[in-house]
Amino acid sequence: MNTTSHSFGKALFELLSSMRFAISLLSILAIASIVGTVLKQAEPYNNYIIQFGPFWFQVFQKLGLYDVYHAGWFLLILTFLVVSTSVCIWRNAPNFAREMKSFREHVSEASLAAFKHKHEAAPPLAPEALATKAQAYLEGQGYQVKALPREDGVLLAAKAGSWNRLGYFLAHSAIVMICIGGLMDGNLVFKAQQLLGTKKIETRDIPQSQVPAISRLTPANPSFRGSVQIPEGSSASVAFLNVADGYLVQDLPFVVALKDFRIEHYSTGQPKSFESDVELFDHAGKKIREATIAVNHPLIHDGIAIYQASFADGGTRLTLQGWNLFAPTASSFPVEGTVHQNATLASAAGDYTLEFIDFRPFNIENMGGEVEAASGDTMSVLGGSPVSDNKHLRNVGPSFQYKVRDARGQAREFSNYMLPLELDGRWYLMSGVRESPNEAFRYLRMPLDADGNIDTFMRLRGALLNHELRPEIAARFARQALPQNAWGTEIEDKLKFSATQVLALFAEGGFQALGGFIESKVPEAEREKAAGTYLRILELAAFEALQAANAQAGLPPPKADDATGWLVRDTLNSMSDLFVYGAPVYLQLMSYDEVKASGLQLTRSPGKNVVYLGSLLLTLGVFFMLYVRERRVWLRIRPGSALLAMSSAKQTIDFEKEFTQHAQALDTLSK
Amino acid sequence: MELALNQPAPLLKRLSWFDWLFALVAAAGGLFALSRFGEYMDIYEKGILLAAIPSLAVFGWFWKPFRPLFLVVGAISLFALAQYDGNLARMEEAFFLKYMISSQAAIMWMCALFGLATLAYWGGLLGRSGFVLKTGTSLTWSAVALGWIGLMVRWYESYLIGPDVGHIPVSNLYEVFVLFCLITAMMYLYYEARYQARQMGAFVLLVISAAVGFILWYTFDRGAHEIQPLVPALKSWWMKLHVPANFIGYGAFSIAAMLGVAYLLVQRGILASRLPKAEVIDDVMYKTIAVGFAFFTIATILGAMWAAEAWGGYWSWDPKETWALIVWLNYAAWLHIRLVKGLRGPMLAWWAVVGLFVTTFAFIGVNMFLSGLHSYGEL
Repeated sequence: MNTTSHSFGKALFELLSSMRFAISLLSILAIASIVGTVLKQAEPYNNYIIQFGPFWFQVFQKLGLYDVYHAGWFLLILTFLVVSTSVCIWRNAPNFAREMKSFREHVSEASLAAFKHKHEAAPPLAPEALATKAQAYLEGQGYQVKALPREDGVLLAAKAGSWNRLGYFLAHSAIVMICIGGLMDGNLVFKAQQLLGTKKIETRDIPQSQVPAISRLTPANPSFRGSVQIPEGSSASVAFLNVADGYLVQDLPFVVALKDFRIEHYSTGQPKSFESDVELFDHAGKKIREATIAVNHPLIHDGIAIYQASFADGGTRLTLQGWNLFAPTASSFPVEGTVHQNATLASAAGDYTLEFIDFRPFNIENMGGEVEAASGDTMSVLGGSPVSDNKHLRNVGPSFQYKVRDARGQAREFSNYMLPLELDGRWYLMSGVRESPNEAFRYLRMPLDADGNIDTFMRLRGALLNHELRPEIAARFARQALPQNAWGTEIEDKLKFSATQVLALFAEGGFQALGGFIESKVPEAEREKAAGTYLRILELAAFEALQAANAQAGLPPPKADDATGWLVRDTLNSMSDLFVYGAPVYLQLMSYDEVKASGLQLTRSPGKNVVYLGSLLLTLGVFFMLYVRERRVWLRIRPGSALLAMSSAKQTIDFEKEFTQHAQALDTLSK
Repeated sequence: MELALNQPAPLLKRLSWFDWLFALVAAAGGLFALSRFGEYMDIYEKGILLAAIPSLAVFGWFWKPFRPLFLVVGAISLFALAQYDGNLARMEEAFFLKYMISSQAAIMWMCALFGLATLAYWGGLLGRSGFVLKTGTSLTWSAVALGWIGLMVRWYESYLIGPDVGHIPVSNLYEVFVLFCLITAMMYLYYEARYQARQMGAFVLLVISAAVGFILWYTFDRGAHEIQPLVPALKSWWMKLHVPANFIGYGAFSIAAMLGVAYLLVQRGILASRLPKAEVIDDVMYKTIAVGFAFFTIATILGAMWAAEAWGGYWSWDPKETWALIVWLNYAAWLHIRLVKGLRGPMLAWWAVVGLFVTTFAFIGVNMFLSGLHSYGEL
């Protein structure tokens, strides 16, 4: 029994310290590491469900593939690596230490003679005289030499490059140190607490103050890496740690207050710096210190490093003008909004909720193509390619993003620009809409009038939707279209009827409705012609509608010029798009009071210095192992004969060269 | 007697007047830079500059051909700077700048010369012509000199664009590819001279030519040669250490892989009579992997230390970090087998070749296919 366990232990020891096992571990670790680079780590779980489907999602979750580097099996591989390396050191240490000190002076003459690298000479000198010279030579070559008198002469035992063995110790203990340092900074403590049930991940989206103690970590927590977003003028006393599909709240030993967050730009528009002016307070409210944190310049306080990691909107206040898009008037109403907050919009068809998502003070648009849509509402300040084609890039001004949710809970996302954009030589206000975040925005272009406002567009839109105005518009249109002698005839009635019909159809569903009507009423061969006619009627009628609307509003009549022609045409196009815009209201951004938020990362890593020390040892060890060659030389001198033998663990070309050199030196000395 | 014994003399006695002149010039240049630009540097940058002086001197003493290279590159770069006279528009006006030594012109010359060197090495190898091989060596040296001039001048040009734009030219994929070509070529030239085996150049220059091909595509298709300002994450003195250290690693691993190919060919009797002996190739392969591994270790550690300052932790399992670890593990295993098991032969040569694919993926593949924090060199 005892012997079995003993031999099993020995076998295990042999296995763990074997080279084969070490190589296998290195390979397995490398392959396991690949997994986490192929599969994006620590994404929201919903993304994985969409990607893999519910079955494989569960399988992969069980395997810990969403956080490979903290999965149990990965830590097990690392543990094996540490154990194997330790056992290897343990096994080799005594031997190597002896080797480092030893001159191997007890080597037998027979074995020297059997060396592959040996050279004989027949010196005329006395053994002692040759030994003195040879010793001086070897010492000059960097050897430590021990001269041992023998019965019939001298044995010189020399060694060089013993630090190679020291390199082995340094490099291998460095691996153990680095792994231990890494474990100190890992989440093993939390994992244990989770297993014991004393800590639990929070998955609800609730204010941090309501997060229960079971999901909170005390300021005494030795290691953590969390993040927090602080709006300008606010402060935070916690950080959030993302774990699996939830988070933990890390209470901080101090309060971080953000005074100001700045982004500076190069003249080309690329960001140059991200900086946060912060103040630290203790929990009693006493100010501890004040500092500016920037990328590459963290603030380290009380063993906690605070980094600039990202930025976002911190609740910008928006002053908006709401336009009721389907009202037969051009009136608007004021709306106040704050980013990250909701507002309610009452309407006859039920209440709408306005969810303000984000505000961007500037948007860099590629004038060669589409308006760039940023991927998330938090921008990382760390990535970004310095190689970018910036010739077509232009800042097109502020925009804000919001959702309009109807009473049934259906929502669409909008992105409205504050400033107009020039397209094909004409100016428009742009409003983007999309149904889901994976889609690109489709843009509603509202044409500007000569004053640079959308008022004319809104007025014309209102007039075209106003069915009470329609007879007047039709009458004006008919009078304009016909020569005076045809006024009051049947033709005029027909024209009036057509105009009323076209206007009504357009007001019901834009070009889509007109097209549908043509398709159902007109034979195929004549459709194109009919469409042309209807379009002409619509455009002319719309111009009359603008006349009527201006008159009603007490404004001078519109000029009958190209600009007005385009304005009318653009209005018709834009109105037609309103039917697929998906919201009954357009929110025009009039002014804003920007509040930025800075995303800070807070790290406490007690293992860092252990890892750094390990890294230093590793570097030294690697250099010693690779660049210090361990060699031994023996010179057995008898009267009239000398035998040089040389050995090294690594028989390289350099070794051969050196042996040849020593052999020649012996010949020279022996002359 | 002493000479016959080949006894090493004390270091200082071995140095010639040229060694001292070289060290003096390096020191004078470094101190001049410090006095002139010191006020724009932080303490770390000053430290790097001061440490560069003895490092350059010792490196020149260790590898003698570095001294003339350094002096030539320095002199021509200074000439280019004088030609600019603080005006970037001179790039298009001054003859020497326009056709020879503006950064882009010099780098294009470097590309051309590396191409010619490749042809010469292959011509010399196939035609068994020592003279043609020697031409290959000269062309490689010229390419290296022009490449360094290109980088030096580019450094200056970046400051001409704007004082806040200026930075050391190791910040994007274009610049580091030039650096890769230069470091690989210099390491190769060292081993070529040491082993008197110019035939290896035919293989090593292939990998450099591939990099040159990339540079040309990147320049003409993407316009990547344009100097861009640094993203905030790269504005750190760590870049001056981390990036070059990494490219010593990449360069060395590339040479090893190409020698692996040569070794395998020799094993199969292909070109065997023209190439150096398998043992020689094997030895250089080991040497390059050793030096590559040592510097890759340093580079990864420096990267981790930089990450601790910029990314909020010395190790985040970012794809770039993870792949650096994979590369490191790969060569660690290679060295274990070679050094402890004493294994030689085709298996290790194959492994070195495969290692290049792993390294290439870590270098470029991660930027192309995986996203992460280290996205400074996107294609």
